[in-house]
Order: sequence, then structure tokens, then C-alpha cells
Amino acid sequence: MKILEAMEKFDPIIGLETHVELSTNSKMFCGCSTEFGAEPNTQVCPTCLGLPGSLPVPNKTAIESTFRIGLALNCQITEFSRFSRKNYFYPDMPKDFQTSQYDEPFCVNGYLDVLVPTDEGDKTFRVEIERVHLEEDTGKLTHSGGVTGRIHGADYSLVDYNRAGIALVEIVTKPVLGTGKYAGIVARAYVTELRDLLRSLAVSDVRMEEGSLRCDVNLSLHPKGASEWGKRTETKNVNSLRSVEKAVNSEIERQADVLTEGGKVTQETRHFHEDSGTSSSGRSKEEAEDYRYFPEPDLVPVIATSAWVNELKTDLPQAPSVERKRLAQEWGFSDEEMRDVVSMGATDLIAQTVAAGATAQAARKWWLGELARKATEAEKDLSSLGIEPKHISELEQLVVEGKLTDKLARQVLDGLINKEGTPSEIVQKRNLVVMSDDSSLLPAIRAAIEANPEVVAKVKTGKLQALGPILGAVMKETQGKADAGKVRSLVLKELAVEG
Amino acid sequence: MSEDLTTFSAQQLAAKIKNKDVTASEVTQAHFDRIEKLDKKIESFLYLDKAAALEQAKRVDKKVAKNETLSPLAGVPLALKDVMTQRGVPTTCGSKILENWRPPYDSTVVKRLKENDVIILGKVNMDEFAMGSSTENSAYQKTKNPWDLSRIPGGSSGGSSAAVASFFAPLAIGTDTGGSIRQPAAVCGIVGTKPTYGTVSRYGLIAFASSLDQAGPITRSVMDAALLNEVIAGYDPLDSTSINQSTASLVAAANTKDLKGMKIGVIKELGGEGWQEGVVANFNQSIETLKQLGAEVVEISLPHSLYALAVYYLIAPSEASSNLARFDGMRYGLRVGDNGEKDVEAVMNLTRAQGFGPEVKRRIILGTYALSTGYYDAYYGQAQKVRGLIAEDFKAAFEKVDVLVSPTSPTTAWKLGERVDNPLAMYLADLATLPPSLAGVPAISVPIGLAKEDQMPVGLQIIAPAMQDHKNYQVASAIEAAQGGLLIDQIKDLASLV
Repeated sequence: MKILEAMEKFDPIIGLETHVELSTNSKMFCGCSTEFGAEPNTQVCPTCLGLPGSLPVPNKTAIESTFRIGLALNCQITEFSRFSRKNYFYPDMPKDFQTSQYDEPFCVNGYLDVLVPTDEGDKTFRVEIERVHLEEDTGKLTHSGGVTGRIHGADYSLVDYNRAGIALVEIVTKPVLGTGKYAGIVARAYVTELRDLLRSLAVSDVRMEEGSLRCDVNLSLHPKGASEWGKRTETKNVNSLRSVEKAVNSEIERQADVLTEGGKVTQETRHFHEDSGTSSSGRSKEEAEDYRYFPEPDLVPVIATSAWVNELKTDLPQAPSVERKRLAQEWGFSDEEMRDVVSMGATDLIAQTVAAGATAQAARKWWLGELARKATEAEKDLSSLGIEPKHISELEQLVVEGKLTDKLARQVLDGLINKEGTPSEIVQKRNLVVMSDDSSLLPAIRAAIEANPEVVAKVKTGKLQALGPILGAVMKETQGKADAGKVRSLVLKELAVEG
Repeated sequence: MSEDLTTFSAQQLAAKIKNKDVTASEVTQAHFDRIEKLDKKIESFLYLDKAAALEQAKRVDKKVAKNETLSPLAGVPLALKDVMTQRGVPTTCGSKILENWRPPYDSTVVKRLKENDVIILGKVNMDEFAMGSSTENSAYQKTKNPWDLSRIPGGSSGGSSAAVASFFAPLAIGTDTGGSIRQPAAVCGIVGTKPTYGTVSRYGLIAFASSLDQAGPITRSVMDAALLNEVIAGYDPLDSTSINQSTASLVAAANTKDLKGMKIGVIKELGGEGWQEGVVANFNQSIETLKQLGAEVVEISLPHSLYALAVYYLIAPSEASSNLARFDGMRYGLRVGDNGEKDVEAVMNLTRAQGFGPEVKRRIILGTYALSTGYYDAYYGQAQKVRGLIAEDFKAAFEKVDVLVSPTSPTTAWKLGERVDNPLAMYLADLATLPPSLAGVPAISVPIGLAKEDQMPVGLQIIAPAMQDHKNYQVASAIEAAQGGLLIDQIKDLASLV
């Protein structure tokens, strides 16, 4: 069932659990490095390997980062909070329990407002935050052999504990009601807004593709007007902003089908597949484990004194929404233009492009034009294209200087996506030099004139707007490398027509 | 015949080494000789680290030769409970699940011992994962009490107490969760201290119950215990529960031997009916001694201490069920059933089924149950509340008295095998040691004589407020001095062994 049809019968309730890897230098409970991409099991010690006898020592920066996230999300900071152990057996967990927080999290009861375009114009949705807590990440498993790519059925599994013990903040929303057909857009806008906020706090790399920002989507449907909520599913492995929206919408459609056919939604964990945009059933929550939470006896409670919290408060950057208003003004963007920038997750990319020297309008033109198109084609987020803003600035400069035509510039973008180097290097490697000297252009121009006698006739009668086919032929012949203005003036000169 | 170097106290040996009367190498060798001759009957050591110990002794001798400043225990041999990690040395916790595991790091206690030039002879036996009161739960061997080889040496630090009581080492490290230092010290007629929780780092102490575990000395004399306690205690940033505050000098307190003006409370609930006659008789005698030494003795009630056993057997197994989860065959230690066909759960299950003994399994099951959804509030949650009340009892008592006393254990050492099939009877051995453990306060056990009926040693438990460990040493040394010689010297020649 398509989403609009589904939304005539049902109301969705969404909930989002976001995991953020903090960019602290060392892990949550030991001194090991957190750098991404090191050789497996080289950033480990007795503590993050959970060796017998080892003990955790909490990372103060990680606790402060969590407080700052809570404050930025308008949360209350809990005065007395504790770490708890979440007990379950899995080989990616060195201790077979995760040091996390349970009933005494660091931050509670906040909210984040997101702006979403609706049929009735832009509308603000308030997403309420249930809690923000701190925990440690697990190791990373790689399963070899087998068809599912999961641990069951694999020939063998490898585990890398470099990630084990990295500080992880979990941000949990309260159930979000009343989003209707905008559920997917609201979810995406929330994660986008959250990502921008986390980046402004400089607490995380927030790279969804590297897993430093991960999102689980909870969703249930109930018949319109019903007071009782439906059974919810939790979709994991949602690894891009686009996927957040897709995961919500595809789950709405799936559940609507199940319910319409008289079936029941199973409370379960589902795995999202980026390629197909759909999810498949994971383990059922009915048989979910009992995590036997209890306060971590190896750690002492954390007392958030008002002096400590106030000090962190004075240090908070402006909220992204306020910052965006300032930027829109500085860049001369209309409200609508700025909203598109935000919803594409391009604010920081544009800011960095501008910082590298480009004008705001040019930066917007590239990121929301050609690059947005390429991102859509590749089913990726803009930030996942892997293009550095300074390269876009350099590209724009080359165009302004007349060293690249728009068409050549697009080829440079392809080169950037393929990681062929800087724009100047790509121009060299791909030989994308603009042809503007008479001698190299004239043969193509003369051939084009000869091939289009009827156009020549029209132009000679003064209809300069008829020049198009000749110019097009020249551009085609020169593979788009010709300087368009130069071609035009040379053609007119050849035809002895005043331009 | 030259004097037997194994019969001296740690303090005496350190002085002899410092004065160049003997070398640390000679002292170390003498202890190894005795172990090799007699430990087949005691079975206290699991592993002898002979080469490394003699190497270490040589380094001490070089320091002595160069007249370098020496630590107070430099060159003195020590037996290490097999629950402490020591880099490169097998550390089993008395369990098959850790057989042949060699830790890649030193515990903070070991680091401090090495820094102070204490010679670590090897690792000694214990109840598996420190769960037990007789050391019979070791997966490896049954350690005997040198006073009577048909009896248990106490537990869980029974290897430590038996080794020290057999003069295999003047010093041992034990760990105490609910009495595992004090009870074995008491039943072997020697001294054992559980320091204030948080004063000795737990880094590298393989956890049984994190909120209770505490390492401490087991020695023949109170002064030796004070010396060793000072070596191993101190703030450690690697242990978040470590206390960053120092106590008054323990060695100075052990030298005081004067109890004038001291007020001592006898715990009403611990002793009397149901307690072994000889234990009660010796305890009453020691109260008279305390009075003669100038102390004022009053009776004090700790009403909630009656619930200590129930509280302990919810909290300790709950923490243990989580602490012992990591022994799953995935990263180190035993791995059973990995034949390429079984899945990860099956291998974990087989490993744990085969690797853990019955008492460990019993406590994992107890703890898992107590933490389960729907039972947490009634069991673990409730136990924590009562634990708070027990601590309050102590706080109130210490407003009236300086220290509290009780017999260390309701009975003397029982016969090997006697309580193996009766876990509840085994648990009762910790009746008096559990309340101070739950309150986190320091306690010491000091020998006060032999029970008339079985000629086995009886211990007096002295309990002080948190961070006032020195008071325990003051009272213990006074009692020890009043007895005019160490009880353990009665078996110095180990007639039962030779």
C-alpha cells in the first residue's frame, strides 16, 4: 500500500534512538586511542578487552560532552546519575555486559524543534527527548561465509575490539505523534537537525557512513481515531539521512499492508537494507533477553553540581536554528532557499565552501544543483559523496576565471567523486582545458558553418538567435571544451555579421 | 644447626637482610626448600615462580650491597593468592576456566609489591573465584590446615593462610569479600586483615563481587600485617572506587600496644548460642584481656547484622553473575566444543558448563535470578536497602565506641569434606565477617588461643570505622603482646608434617 493511502486509514507513531560516537581522544573507560581505521585489535588494553581483573575509569570529557548534548537539547541534567550494567552474551562484548545507563541517565526531558515543509506551508514539529545517556560501544564483528551475513550460518567470524569501549551517547525521543504523512520527513529532519547540532557542539564526527552516527527507527500504526497504540517495530542499520525517511515510509507501508490484510504486526527488530530501501525481520522482541540491569559497582555515581553544569552552559554554541538565521542573512538566502539547504543537510558544506573563498550563491548552486542530483542518483547523502568543500570553491574559481566551462566543470565533479585529486589536477589529468584561441577553434567553426547553410542564411538576415545549432555543433566537436563566448564572436566574425 | 630462616617474622627477615646478616637470595631459597619438602602434604601452592623470585632476590641483594635505601619489606618472601594478576604468571582463580591463562599485566597490588622488593614466591590455592570458606571449591587441589591435616585451612584464601601457617612464607596476600581473609587466618591461628574498602586497589584483582572485594595481608604477626598493609594500600587512579585519602600510620599503631581510654563494643548479635563452645570461651577470655589492658568494654547491638547473610547472598552472587559473564571461551582461557560445527552459543554454553565448578554455578544462578526483571526490587533492590541499614548500624555504634569485637567465625576449622554437600552450613562460617564487609569498614582477625574441645585455633575479629584501620592494629597488637608469644609458634617445627 502506498503511503498516502495508508495515511488515510492509519496514524503513525515514530520514535528515534540515535547513537553518537563521541570524538574524544581516548575511549570511555580506558586510555586507548579512538582513531578510526587502525589495524584490527591494535587499539586495545586490558580494560577495553575486558580481561579478568581490569577496571573502568570514566572519561570526564565524554561525560561533559553528554551534558552539553543534553543542555543543547533543552534537557534537565540529572543531579545524581549512575552507570549500570546491561548484561547479555555476545562475542562483540568483551565483558559480556555493556556499561551503560539505565534508570539514572545523565539527561532527561528535552526537545528539538524541526521545520518541515507541508501542504500548508512550513510547519514546526517539536520532537520531545526522553533521555540522553552515555555508554560504551561494542567491538565490530565480521562474518565470513554463509548467506545471511549474520553470525548464524557464517563459517567463521572475526572480531575487532578497536571500537569496543568508544564513548557512545544514546539520544532517545519520546513517541512522536501527529506527524501523519510527514512522519518520514519529520524523522529525517530530526536526525538532520540533531546531526547539525552535534556538529556545532564539536562532540562527534557525526559521519553516518562511518557509523559515528547511527539511528534506529521505532514505528507503530493504529487505525485513525483509535486510542490504543499499535505494536511497534524497531528498524536498525539505518545509515543515512535518506534512509531514515525511507525506513519510516517503507515500514508504514509494510505495517499498513499487514494490518489491512487482517494480520498482526509482530513486535520485532528489523534490519534495513540500504540498497533496496526495505527491511527484513530480525530477532523477535517477544523472546528478547532480560538485560538484568544493575548499578555498575566498579564506578561511583556522578554528581552533576550546578557549578559544573553552569560552566558547561556558558560554553554552549548558538543553537543551529539561530545560527542558520544568521547565515541565511549573511549569505542572502531567502527562507525557502535556506530551508532547502537545511533539508539537504548542506548547511555546513556551504559554510565550508564559502569559508574556502566561494560566494554563497555559487556554493548553493553547486551543492543543491549538480551535486544534489549526483547524490540522488547515487542514493547517498550529500556529505557522503566524499567531496571536500574547498574543492568546490576551487572549481568555482576556475569557472569564474574562464578556465572551465560549466560542462567541463561537471566533468571535474565526476573526477572529484572518483577521488582523482584536486580540481586543478583533474583538469590536467582529464585534459579539460578551455579552448579559446582562434587557431584551434576555427576549423570546427568553419565545418559547422558549412554543415548548416540554412542557419547561416537566417543569421545573415539578422536573426542572431538562430545561431544555436552552429554553436552546439562547435561545442560537440570540441567535447565541450570551447569557450562559448569566444566561439560566438568568432562565428559572427566568420559570417561577417555584426554581433 | 644454623637457624631456620623460615621461622622469622617478615620484620625480622627484612632487618637481617638490611644488616647483611643474610641475603635475600638465602631467605628466598630457604622458603623454597621448605615448600618443596613439605607442601606435598599441605598443597597450598598452585605455581612456584622460582626463577623469577630468585632473580628478584638477587636484585635486592645488589641494592643491599650498594647500601641503597630499602623498603621495609625488601627481600621478604610472599605467597600470592591466585586471584591477583601477575604479568606472565599463570593466574587461574582456582578455576579450570582460566587454566594456563597468563595475564599480560600486573595488578596494582603486584606492582606495589614489586616496587617494594617483596619477593613473590608463587601463586597459592583458593576456592574457585573466591567462593567458599574451605578452599575445597578449588578445581585443582585440597589444601590442608597445618594444625591438623584432616581439617580445612578456611577459605577462600585457604592457600594463603595455610602457606603462612606452614612457614612457607611470612607474608601472603589474600582477598576478602565476605570473610575470605579473616576466617582462614582465624582457623589457621594467624593474622588476617580486611582493610577499609577502597584503600587497596582492586585493579588486577579478578572480581567476585566488586562492591565487596578487598585485598589484604595474611601474616603470622600483627606488625607484619601492618607492614604489608602499608605496602599495598594507597590511592590508585586505575580503580574508580579507590579512596584518595590516607590513613594514620598502621605500623605506629601496631607499636602502641596500649588500650587506655579506648572504648570497645562487644557485638550482641554475634556469638553466644549455637557458636562453638571453645570459640565462645576464648572470646570471653579475650574480653577480660582487653579490660586488663585498660579498655572499657560495653555491649553494642547491631540489629540489622542478623540479615547480613541473606543480604550478602543476594548482592555478592548478583555481582558475580555479571562479573563472571566474560568467561565465555571467546578470548582467553578454556574453550570447549569449537569443532567447526557448533554455533557461538553452544561453544559458550559448553565452555561454561565444563569450566565452572558447582559452587560457582550455584552463585551465578542465584545472582541471575535475583537481578531478573520482576525479581530485582524484591531481591537485589531490597538487599541494597538492608545493606544501607547495616552500614547505619555500624555508624551509630562507632559514635559510642572506638572499635567493635566478635569471634571471627562461629567454629574452628572443620574436617575436610564435612560441609561440602551442605552449602548453607558452609555459608554460616561467614556469619560474623559479613556485616563489616557489607558496611565497607576495616576488620582484622587475630589469634586468641585454641579451643579446648579440638585444640584448633580461634580468632578475635576487631572492627573499626572506615579509614581508621590503625585502631584495629592497635587493639590487635595489644592482644597479641598480652599473650606473650605467637600462637602459631606452637607448630613452628611442624611436627604433624615431618
